Amino acid sequence: MKVLIRQGLVVGRETRVADVLVIDGKVREIGPGLAARGAEVVDAEGCWVGPAFVDLHAHLREPGHEDAETIESGARAAAVGGYGAVIAMPNTEPPLDSVAAVGYVLEAGRRALVDVGAAAAITVGRRGENLTPMAELAAIGVRLFTDDGVAVRDAAVLRRALAYARPLGVRVAEHAEDPDLVAEGVMNEGVWSGRLGLTGRPAVAELVTVLRDLELAREVGAPIHFLHVSTAAALAAIVSARRGGVDVSAEIAPHHFTLDESACEHYDANFKVNPPLRTPADVAALRRGLREGEIDAVATDHAPHAPEAKDQPFDEAPAGVLGLEHAAALTFEALGAESAEPTRFFAVLSRRPAALAGLAEHGGWVEAGETANLVVFDPQATWTVDRDRLHSRARNTPYHGRAMRGRARTTLVRGTVVAHEGEIA
Amino acid sequence: MSVRGQSLLSLRGLTPEDLLEVLDTAESFVEVNRRSVKKVPALRGRVVASLFYEESTRTRLSFETAAKRLSADVLSLAVASSSVKKGESLRDTIATIEALGIDAVVLRHRASGAAEQVARYVPHVRVINAGDGQHQHPTQGLLDVFTVRQILAARRGARGSETGAALFEGLHVLMVGDIRHSRVARSDIDAYVALGATVRVAAPPTLLPPGIETWPVTVVDSLRDSLEWADVLALLRLQQERGTGRFVPSLAEFTATFGLTQERFALVRPEALVMHPGPINRGIEIDAAVADAPASVITRQVANGVPIRMAVLFLTVAGAREGEL
Repeated sequence: MKVLIRQGLVVGRETRVADVLVIDGKVREIGPGLAARGAEVVDAEGCWVGPAFVDLHAHLREPGHEDAETIESGARAAAVGGYGAVIAMPNTEPPLDSVAAVGYVLEAGRRALVDVGAAAAITVGRRGENLTPMAELAAIGVRLFTDDGVAVRDAAVLRRALAYARPLGVRVAEHAEDPDLVAEGVMNEGVWSGRLGLTGRPAVAELVTVLRDLELAREVGAPIHFLHVSTAAALAAIVSARRGGVDVSAEIAPHHFTLDESACEHYDANFKVNPPLRTPADVAALRRGLREGEIDAVATDHAPHAPEAKDQPFDEAPAGVLGLEHAAALTFEALGAESAEPTRFFAVLSRRPAALAGLAEHGGWVEAGETANLVVFDPQATWTVDRDRLHSRARNTPYHGRAMRGRARTTLVRGTVVAHEGEIA
Repeated sequence: MSVRGQSLLSLRGLTPEDLLEVLDTAESFVEVNRRSVKKVPALRGRVVASLFYEESTRTRLSFETAAKRLSADVLSLAVASSSVKKGESLRDTIATIEALGIDAVVLRHRASGAAEQVARYVPHVRVINAGDGQHQHPTQGLLDVFTVRQILAARRGARGSETGAALFEGLHVLMVGDIRHSRVARSDIDAYVALGATVRVAAPPTLLPPGIETWPVTVVDSLRDSLEWADVLALLRLQQERGTGRFVPSLAEFTATFGLTQERFALVRPEALVMHPGPINRGIEIDAAVADAPASVITRQVANGVPIRMAVLFLTVAGAREGEL
């Protein structure tokens, strides 16, 4: 099995225009004018050739909500989006809180188009009480633990989780929104929620949980990860704690750095997410943080929901939007499009998330000898999001009809082309 | 953006002319309601569906009465005993009644935005919002300004329509109570402000909506200081069924601090109007005796519900000129 990627801008220890020859799942050779004999040729002229993207945060809905997504369909969407690996979130039914449940996902993932890892729950049943068997789960490859969907309400439980996780080399990841402050809220609390008569989720709910968790992580001396940071204040607190020596990582989701709360104006539940879309000032702060390297990862928070579930009154519809198929283009745009630095782009979409997820075969520089998990990203491509042509089972994108710039042209997983030009190969 | 031929989802963004058109049309229907035969053929052959997902006595009765007085056929869906109980979605229910050939749907729903959502589902049907969650209650806002104009004009020996919006210029409206959860407050404020009135709101901070500082109103901390200022006292219902009780320490404390007690009522100018959208929590937001005092125009509000809703149905469904009545 040979693939020759021709004339792309190869993102490695030194970034240069070259051909990349892939043989039997490995990058064999990088250089000018490599021979194409017997190889599948991928034209990459004008494109960036980098490590395939890694998503730290995808709701693949299996087991339990296969009407919205399956591991197989989610992996197809990921492949088309340029991803070589995704981490499945544990808020399934039943939740991923046991070796058996995580094993099921990893097993199904072996048959999927891209690599599938799993985050496991911090507490049994995601109920915020008893810890899951974290050591056993770490032994089968789990690196991230989260009760995503809700924060761990009880500070003592979170503190215990941080302490227990520390020697295991795993990371506790929080959905940082104080559950009592968000209560029944459905959108950002502020001018828009007041006008629309919708119950708000205040920004301070994120900040108080982030501050609490940072202090607990500092005291315990354990690493912590914050999922989908959505406010300027929480990001500032994280940056400040990092300077103060806390081992803290943070991801942001594309919808939080491209859309603001005013998108809820017409009560379209395709704009309902948790944490909610925030103010334009928050959007600007996240984009600045992304450009200035304060953000570890762009993570999709890909959250498929069946059409009939989303097609309900705003406060009754479930929260969440699709992400895998448009995250790269939105990240490219937020990094300045033509002025975007390829190294920064691949840092947040691949290298750093791969390291956080403990995926040794992902996120490396494109160098001879590395596993060929690669993406050819075309920064010139223009396309329009069409919810009827996405590869997810669901259609709940907030970007239907939006013109995009930049697209994964070709995705390779272990040397095999899995997606090309927006379609499964 | 006249309401003619359009859905009426909100009073936000309506101009004084749009509002006056409804008020003037309603005034002509007041006369119809005084006849022994209270019926005009304006909507003969038209079908109005009445879809109430929330309990309501006065709004539902007054909409259905209004539709019948315009000679429309009324399809009244009793949600409690319909397939909605069996889990039918809002979209499917609307599709079902649309298939029966309706011209308008009057919708009351517990969710904010439900009326706008339904309007998206059935773009060729006029949707009239009869109250959506904590968002808007446009016909209540309209009947409130209609009632104020009617009474103030009568004091000058005029019909409301002869005064246009003039009586609202500089009118002092004091809104008291649960603004945060009130769809009536949002519609009332839109209507009063558009017509030129000055609005103050008085409530405990926990019952003010987020972002109130961007609304065209002044928040006052003390009810007492504004009682004499007010030409209109618009009281709001403390919505215990929506859990409003958790936003104040107790109902007794609310009454003690923001209730229109007899003692506070004594500070209100004699010519001021006391309004309440009902149903009243007697003894909580308003003293029982004050609710029945001559200053109280609460029953007038109820009576004006029918002509206002006739006007709204007529303008939105027929979309015709008043002269064609």
